[in-house]
Amino acid sequence: MYRQARCFGAPADSLFENKIMRWIWIDKFLEFESGKRAVSLKNVSLAEEHLHDHFPGFPIMPECLMIEAMAQTAGILVGEARKFQEKVVLAKIKNAVFHHFVRPGDTIILHAEIESIAPEAASTTGVIKRGDTVIAQINLMFSHVDKNLAGKKFPEENFVFTDMFNSLLTGFAETQTTEGSN
Amino acid sequence: MAMSRDDIFNQVRDVLVDALGLDDSDVTEDATLMGDLGAESIDFLDIVFRLEKEFNIKVPREELFPAEAVMNNPEYVSGGKVTAKGLAELKAKMPHTDFSEFEKNPDINKIADLFTVSAIVNFIEGKLQ
Repeated sequence: MYRQARCFGAPADSLFENKIMRWIWIDKFLEFESGKRAVSLKNVSLAEEHLHDHFPGFPIMPECLMIEAMAQTAGILVGEARKFQEKVVLAKIKNAVFHHFVRPGDTIILHAEIESIAPEAASTTGVIKRGDTVIAQINLMFSHVDKNLAGKKFPEENFVFTDMFNSLLTGFAETQTTEGSN
Repeated sequence: MAMSRDDIFNQVRDVLVDALGLDDSDVTEDATLMGDLGAESIDFLDIVFRLEKEFNIKVPREELFPAEAVMNNPEYVSGGKVTAKGLAELKAKMPHTDFSEFEKNPDINKIADLFTVSAIVNFIEGKLQ
């Protein structure tokens, strides 16, 4: 779980020095309603190397990576709600329940909603589905780190939301409310 | 009809059980949030959000947990102790809290002990009146 938080940009000194590993774990947004809800999509492929080891002969998507996909979907939703002025990091997994395996070739749809948002933090609820089947329910908390770690020095740039993240939102954020682009 | 203190306590207990992953029996009136129940800073925000939803009220975090502002002010803290002025400020901002133990030795490291389950119940009781 710690790795998840770091991947999403949690403040660890070594990350600042190394300019942060950055990766995107969702493929695109399908719906984006500013400050309220977002729906994203991820295709799972056997070309993802970790599936060869998880597990040999029985490849399934690791649950922690489902949490990462939800953290990115919900995290971008929370960040966009404040126009990316805050550095948003995953702070707490409130709960995560998994009902089914996700296998190579599956397309999962991630539904995230903002439950509460305040100057310092936000909480989100989320459901992952494959077709009509509920795969997982994942509720998260995000911290706006600038508001909570007063006095701590951060890099000038917003190290959480890079251009790569913004490109996912092309066509959504400007219009505030857009229905499916596929 | 106003909720009884027992009703409020039961709901607060449910919130804390969910937010902190506890058993019902862990949550007693005098349990401290950080010391006894293991709450960390982000949990305080989680608890605030859940209380707002549960009781349908607005809970400004600095009202329920105002100690941060006091601790960061040199007028209110000196030599690791909360000054008389600081204590007066804390009391004014936390009318729902019992200070009798803290007053004997107002060590800032003990400030976390002020955040008890009963302080939350008192706060909610005040908000619902």
